[in-house]
Amino acid sequence: MDKVKVTIDGQQIEVDDGSYVLEAAKSLGIEIPTLCYYPYMAPYAACRICCVEAHGVGGWSKIVTACNYPVWDGLEIYTDTPRVINARRTNLEMLMANCAPVPVLHRLAQQLGITEPRWKTDTNYTCILCGLCVRICDEVVGAHALAFINRGAKRDVSTPFQLDSESCILCGACAKNCPTGYIKMEEIENRYIVHKEMNLSPNAAITLPFRQAVPNVPQIVRENCIHYKTGGCMVCAKVCPKDCIDYGDRPKFEEVEVGAVVVATGFDSFDPSPMKQYGYGKYPNVISSEEFEVMNNAAGPTGGKIVMENGEEPRAIAILHCIGSRDHDYHKYCSRVCCMYSLKFSHLVKEKTSAEVYQLYIDMRAFGKGYEEFYERILDEGVNVIRGKGAEVVPSGYRQHEEGHLIVRCEDTLIGKYREIPVDMVILSTALEARQDAKEFGRKLNISTGADGWFIEAHPKLAPVSTTTEGIFLAGACQGAKDIPDSVAQGGAAAAQAMKLMAQGEVMMDAAYAVIDEAFCSGCKMCNDMCPYTAITFDDAKKVSVVNSALCKGCGTCVAACPAGAIMARNFTDEQIYAQIEGMLS
Amino acid sequence: MAKPKLAIYWAASCGGCDIAILDIEAKILEVADFFDLVFWPCAMDFKYDDVRKMQDKEITLTLFNGAIRSDENYEIAKLLREKSVVLCAFGSCASEGCIPGLANFTDKQTIMDYVYKTSPSLEPGNNVVPQTEVKVFEGTLHIPNLWNTVRTLPQVVDVDYIIPGCPPQSNQIAAVIDAVVDILKNGKPLPPKGTVLGASDKCCCDECKRKRDVKKIKKFIRPFEIVTDPEICLMEQGMVCLGPATRSGCGAKCVAAGVPCRGCYGLPSNIRDQGAKMASALASVIDSIDEAEVERILDTVADPLGTFYRFSLPASLLRRVQ
Amino acid sequence: MSFEPRIVGFLCNWCSYTGADLAGTARMKYAPNVMTVRVMCSGRVDPAFVLDSFRAGADGVLVCGCHFGDCHYVEGNHKCMRRIAITKRILKGMGIQPERLRLEWVSASEGARFQEVVDSFTEEIRALGPMRLKEWAFIPEQVEAAAAAHGE
Repeated sequence: MDKVKVTIDGQQIEVDDGSYVLEAAKSLGIEIPTLCYYPYMAPYAACRICCVEAHGVGGWSKIVTACNYPVWDGLEIYTDTPRVINARRTNLEMLMANCAPVPVLHRLAQQLGITEPRWKTDTNYTCILCGLCVRICDEVVGAHALAFINRGAKRDVSTPFQLDSESCILCGACAKNCPTGYIKMEEIENRYIVHKEMNLSPNAAITLPFRQAVPNVPQIVRENCIHYKTGGCMVCAKVCPKDCIDYGDRPKFEEVEVGAVVVATGFDSFDPSPMKQYGYGKYPNVISSEEFEVMNNAAGPTGGKIVMENGEEPRAIAILHCIGSRDHDYHKYCSRVCCMYSLKFSHLVKEKTSAEVYQLYIDMRAFGKGYEEFYERILDEGVNVIRGKGAEVVPSGYRQHEEGHLIVRCEDTLIGKYREIPVDMVILSTALEARQDAKEFGRKLNISTGADGWFIEAHPKLAPVSTTTEGIFLAGACQGAKDIPDSVAQGGAAAAQAMKLMAQGEVMMDAAYAVIDEAFCSGCKMCNDMCPYTAITFDDAKKVSVVNSALCKGCGTCVAACPAGAIMARNFTDEQIYAQIEGMLS
Repeated sequence: MAKPKLAIYWAASCGGCDIAILDIEAKILEVADFFDLVFWPCAMDFKYDDVRKMQDKEITLTLFNGAIRSDENYEIAKLLREKSVVLCAFGSCASEGCIPGLANFTDKQTIMDYVYKTSPSLEPGNNVVPQTEVKVFEGTLHIPNLWNTVRTLPQVVDVDYIIPGCPPQSNQIAAVIDAVVDILKNGKPLPPKGTVLGASDKCCCDECKRKRDVKKIKKFIRPFEIVTDPEICLMEQGMVCLGPATRSGCGAKCVAAGVPCRGCYGLPSNIRDQGAKMASALASVIDSIDEAEVERILDTVADPLGTFYRFSLPASLLRRVQ
Repeated sequence: MSFEPRIVGFLCNWCSYTGADLAGTARMKYAPNVMTVRVMCSGRVDPAFVLDSFRAGADGVLVCGCHFGDCHYVEGNHKCMRRIAITKRILKGMGIQPERLRLEWVSASEGARFQEVVDSFTEEIRALGPMRLKEWAFIPEQVEAAAAAHGE
């Protein structure tokens, strides 16, 4: 593209021919005030605040709007001559004449030295009719939901017929960019949930999947992105200096050949909403342990402050143990980590607030290294520990000033009394449970899940990281509830097992596996679906089924299924079993 | 050189096997030409005494069809065993009991009572039941005693070879005859004792032209309930087809015509109980992991016992109802 | 002499056999009537094994596998359940009380349950009495004697 030389306030710069003065000034670091300019859209020069003085060859000069005045070779621009200031002042005063003094105009007025606008109005109308909203909706978003309506003094921006527009995609681009705040998004959800925000910013179209994600790369959330609704916008692509934005990017299936798999799919946090007695989901200040952790995060939605729904600091917090664990209605097992994290919570609460903390526990299981000591430290910090499971959380609406607060009912089994504890916030120490899709996922890997849904290890004592499928190892909470040290240890063990397998370069097979005798197999395919390890495939050329002995685990279910007796379970043959029966009973 | 001697006998059978022998068409002339037919009660008039008078091992080959369910069957089986070099269990009845073998689901008394006393086609009050001994003017008549249990030929005498099928297919019979002629004429070695002739080691599916895939069955249906898809495996269509547990050799004619295999060619060599194996395979492909639903699906198998053991009950592990 | 049932037990390697082992190492006492055949999975148990056991003189057959969801081979026990269901029908048709065949899920940790299953099953079979196979074997002398009795 051709370059032209322009001089702005005495500084010369070479810019692209066809660009505008405002952009040239920006690249020189000279600020020109403007209200209606949006960098990714054609200039419109509606607010006329960006006035500058243009000097041409031959000594002529005139006031132009910087945003849409194209540069040309030899152009001289002055941005702060008295003539420019005067023009800006007049334009601003005229905007203010029709518009209530919204902060942005006020600030500009101060900058330009206007103490009292010449024309006054007592309207509370705040639109300066710059049309930024209309243009963004048209040009960037592509929803075409907004337009100017009426004429002259009645001119305004609105949706067609001033009704709720079907074209509006609720992207909020108009409201976000409105210089005066005339356009507002109405909040439909009125509940302020402090803890649901797991992303960098809620509802943003570009987010990190979660903090500490690997790779830590932002992604576009299609449901929230304007581009996928209207085909327009694409502002992020214009902004990104590295051209990283790819709208055509889709989830891709990558096939990776590996020699071993370590399953570390983790756990799900138990959802306490079915336990109606605790009012989770009903009372905003009843939160789960996971949500408390998010709140506690310095980078979290509350900046690490422990606050209630109304933003105030709680005066008393109850931490209820064993929500969903050690409970015959939900999970019978102990989730192992809750006692300790609950103690950690009380420590954090004590550190950050002056709230009273109540721990309601069944048994305090502080079994690890240094854990018991930590428990004692908590006791020293003045945490109230009550032996007795929290029975119920009820709102305390008895007296006026207590409204919105909570009462935890429990039986203190150490003093043998029923207690009602008034608190502001309740933290439910929810159970760890197997991932919802663990069973389905396990089927893909041919590893099995136990009754609780955790993946089953090959042997509870002797092979706690291996699975029944060779080359697949378990690490962490996918195998059972466990804390971080245990997970790390198991992860290391699983990695070592996997490395061992790879270093060996060969696999030892069990002697018990199935073999199909081609001479007897007629390819009825009865067995093809039997194998949980997909070791049986059909040989289309020979029209017989074939067992891949490396995949076969020797369970023999195909052997029992084969109606022709063509499959032999090595070391557990029909003949051997018949001989055992005969031998035992003869 | 004297012609080799051939005997064909029928015990408890329908005669279909004898007809199947005749069905080899022009080849029967070759048989008549090559062999000296010494005993074939179905086709010609022979007396047992003729056989009794023979030397031991005088008959080169005996094709024995029919199950053993009376003293007479047993006596002749023993007799033919003595007189024959090679005794061949011919057809499903001799080798595994076949349809007469279904009598093992009940007992002699019930059968006699029904046939001679309670059958609706009898005059009410009929009480004439055959006796094993009847005294008449000329002396005492003996009627062979009917056994309570139907047995297969290999269960009562030593059998050299088995030719399965109900009846054995004519082309297979012709092939066997060719092989026998070949052995006798050209001195080819005999196959090892116990060999199943006129059939292969594989299953009926091997000869079945239908397309097969993984089977998942939610409901069993009977052949009359649907119009079968001519391309797809009958079992995938929900029928109980015994093809997978039945020796091949028949050419899969029934299945080709849309009728599920009933299992007449008997069990393949590697298994011990055709019915149990078929049941196991069938249960394996039932598409449910819920016990109650499995029971419901199994309820849709009409007459499971008769289906799984239609031809093989006397040769099965339990042999008869207990 | 009182009737001592002879029971063939097919135990899966991972759960029931280990469970039986546990019962043993825990010195639990259970009826000695069950003779075990170890199979890798209850899914290996062929209906023919059950029939053959009765044929060979068993008074009862016990099949034990892992609980649903616990199967070492993912779902071999489901297949076993289906096969046992059809086997019971065969037994019934063959005139053998289906109660003589029992399917139980015993996990590796349920030594006590194994003890209880074996004891209760043994008692049940004892109550049912011995299995007597009718004319299963072909005994020529008997046939000939019977024929002679009919006046040969």
